[in-house]
Amino acid sequence: MKTRRDFIKISAAGAGAATLGLSSLSWKGVNSLYALNDQGPVSEEEMTAHSTYCEVCFWKCAGWTYVDKKGNIRKIIGNENDPHCNGRLCPRGTGGVGMYNDEDRLKTPLIRETVNGKQRFRKASWDEALDLVASKMAEVREKHGPEAFALFNHGAPGSHFKHLFHAYGSGNEGEPAWAQCRGPREVGFGATFGSWIGSPEPTDIRDTKCLVLIGSHIGENMHNGQVQEMSTAIDRGATIITVDPRLSTAASKSKYWLPIKPSTDIALLLSWIHVLIYENLYDKEYIEKYAMGFEQLKEHVKNMTPEWAYGITTLDPDLIRKTAREMAAASPSVIVHPGRHVVWYGDDSQRERAIAILNALLGSWGRRGGFYFKEAVKVPKFPQPEYPHHKWDWKDNLDGKYPLSAMGITTELLRASIPEFNYKHQIKSWIVAGTNLPLTIPDKELFQMAAQSVDFIAVVDTMPMDITAYADVVLPECTYLERYDYIRSAPHREPSIALRAPALKPKYETKPSWWIAKQLGERLGLSEYYNYEDIEEVLEWQLNKLGSSLDEMKKLGVKKFPRKSGGLYLQDGEDYEFNTSTGKIELYSLEFEDLGFDPMPKFTQHPQPEEGFYRLIYGRAPMHTFSRTSNNPNLWDLMDSNSVWVNPKVADIWDIKNGQKVWLQNQDGIVSTFPVKVRVTERIRWDSVYMVHGFGHTNKKLTRTYGHGASDSELITNVMIDPMMGGTGMRGNFVTFIKEKPIEEVES
Amino acid sequence: MRYAMAIDTKKCVGCGDCVVACQTENNVPIGFCRDWIVENVSGSYPNVEVELRSERCNHCDNSPCVRCCPTGASHIIEGGIVKVTHDECIGCGACIQSCPYDARYSHPEGYVDKCTFCDHRLAKGQTTACVAVCPTNCLYFGDLEDPNSDVSKALKNRSWKVLAPEAGTKPQLYFLT
Repeated sequence: MKTRRDFIKISAAGAGAATLGLSSLSWKGVNSLYALNDQGPVSEEEMTAHSTYCEVCFWKCAGWTYVDKKGNIRKIIGNENDPHCNGRLCPRGTGGVGMYNDEDRLKTPLIRETVNGKQRFRKASWDEALDLVASKMAEVREKHGPEAFALFNHGAPGSHFKHLFHAYGSGNEGEPAWAQCRGPREVGFGATFGSWIGSPEPTDIRDTKCLVLIGSHIGENMHNGQVQEMSTAIDRGATIITVDPRLSTAASKSKYWLPIKPSTDIALLLSWIHVLIYENLYDKEYIEKYAMGFEQLKEHVKNMTPEWAYGITTLDPDLIRKTAREMAAASPSVIVHPGRHVVWYGDDSQRERAIAILNALLGSWGRRGGFYFKEAVKVPKFPQPEYPHHKWDWKDNLDGKYPLSAMGITTELLRASIPEFNYKHQIKSWIVAGTNLPLTIPDKELFQMAAQSVDFIAVVDTMPMDITAYADVVLPECTYLERYDYIRSAPHREPSIALRAPALKPKYETKPSWWIAKQLGERLGLSEYYNYEDIEEVLEWQLNKLGSSLDEMKKLGVKKFPRKSGGLYLQDGEDYEFNTSTGKIELYSLEFEDLGFDPMPKFTQHPQPEEGFYRLIYGRAPMHTFSRTSNNPNLWDLMDSNSVWVNPKVADIWDIKNGQKVWLQNQDGIVSTFPVKVRVTERIRWDSVYMVHGFGHTNKKLTRTYGHGASDSELITNVMIDPMMGGTGMRGNFVTFIKEKPIEEVES
Repeated sequence: MRYAMAIDTKKCVGCGDCVVACQTENNVPIGFCRDWIVENVSGSYPNVEVELRSERCNHCDNSPCVRCCPTGASHIIEGGIVKVTHDECIGCGACIQSCPYDARYSHPEGYVDKCTFCDHRLAKGQTTACVAVCPTNCLYFGDLEDPNSDVSKALKNRSWKVLAPEAGTKPQLYFLT
């Protein structure tokens, strides 16, 4: 039955007909978020526009926040001069308004207290809360050394706290961006081309003739510039090849969908490499000039034919050949995309190596329609004393494990927080800024043990995220629309900077992170690192050095600079030294070999689900960022819950109907806290189920999203660690269905 | 002058940005919408096709909603845009029932509301909010009588369909296939 309000409608043909995403909201709840008695639109001339760059995800698109005369933020529109968004924000950027309006926001500092044996939060003044956090930091510094205080962070708030921690004397910082996300691709591409991929990815999608996506679901991951360029590539007739056990949105726009058996990607990649080499389809001139190790590679993949891969991946050998030939025909304007969230099976750095090698054979690195050479503006550092030397950091706890970890490994910081693990150096306390660890880190038990073990946790966030439930002190941050942050400088085709300036004063008693960190620093006697009254002084100084000013940037929002590092692409026959030990593209990695790892990627079998269990695959929805947006009124309105995708044959066996709610139980007996709606769909293999990540919040203070959908994170208890860089492989978990509400255990 | 929109189903990723941009531009209350996303899945694994499309009022040439309106609140303005004068609407809902596209909703303040093709923006030479924001550039808008408009050009080079042609409403949303 089609009703007016389900505006994500599934109207499938035939028996699979389904309606999804029913959005119901009582009128009562609408009032506060909608400018009543103010019917219709307000023209842009009657509003003021303030420069910002988005903080709803890491793409950091620049835009303008429009404020009406009554002081309401009415809309946020992309900055036309911004290479990240080209004037078009994504739904999350457009819906950033909801982040400001959300009535569930953290409003005042909170301190945990115990009354009659019961713990609760009480409101506190900023002075009291800051004094308490600073005294804990001072205490740890005195008793254990500042290194025992760890920082978990993400995004703009992280940058201010990193400065504080470095000044304080701790290098123990970790963000999920490394071990829970993109670390392996930086290792794999770093070893091959001597360069990280970084963010935004230097993929020249707009000019590509062939885009190969391996589990990467552009369009559902709304990495704005990439989505825009994929659309341009479709217009220009590019071939898209998608490898995914699920018919993702990108797969549905592809010429070839390869519904691979999950966990077998490396076999497919090696067989593609085999075809390119043994059918003489690779870029010989490019390989001869720029690469080393070709003969070893050729020998290595000798027997890795498409027929060999067929027995592993279930993909038709002819299809493997055909797609390899498509790539070769487009070479060098071809991109085998590195992906972004790539911690899957624990051999992820090697899978990324295989992807990098494939790109090398296609000659796509440094070529139009392949990967361009990115460049960023170097923003000068505001004068300050040198940071003190810290005596140890997370790396010293590893005893030689994960030698290629280049950023703090969150899970290792958690383990170091638990005395039972007997780490050489112990973590005693945390600040968590802008990252919702309980829905981010796999292995919930590890997180909970760590959170119980440490003496003190302070959380900085805009929302009462699940992590705040573990805090001793909660410091409410204002949203990005109400604050300055550091200048955005991210690598792109054309170097640019962008300014985030407040559109309004912070709502409630919230404060910007730069202010919170500075207040703590001053209380800790670190004033020399905060040689300014206001961050505007820092920005003005930096902008002047760059030949601009705060005033100019408030008008422009984005300023572009000429490239200094040379062209976007390699010129014909250009001599070029890659930043590897040999100066060449390393098809045979000497770095890996030196460290005792396979110099060329090998395929390893991974466990498959037992009967009645299905591999849990998770991903993104275009209107949400991780778990941070699910309570945003505008975005919640677009998608208020996740669902679990189930193949119709599987649904038949279980007698599960579309829309029915089930609980999921994983191989270790963990049952999802909340039930989740089943979406019966032909868009997925029978051996896998799929969920959008970021739902199943357990904090009741998130009044909209609490209990909506299930959390994939809590079902991920089997973690396969990448021995090279510490990544937490999360795709080795299998779930089954529970149709009746599981009996809750009664605590005795 | 005849305004129309073409929606490229080959590019739309169903992100819903058009929905949010319309809500913020036109102050549409949360929980309601003037445009929305439809996903059509056909076939069976592994031969499956998905069509994604952004839908809204079809601004029909032969509009049942205008014909059935007892007060004249529903009317057609220059360029063929179907509009509702909120002050004249009594909220009877006949237009909602007559629309084959489910394009109208009852606004909590008592009137019926729907897409206006952002005529307030058109008057200033801007395009609609949904077209301006679409990250995939899959929406084309303009004057069908102008052969150089984005929508005319899009329709010239591609095959297209309209929704519910059997209703005889002469809809002005064209879905590029």
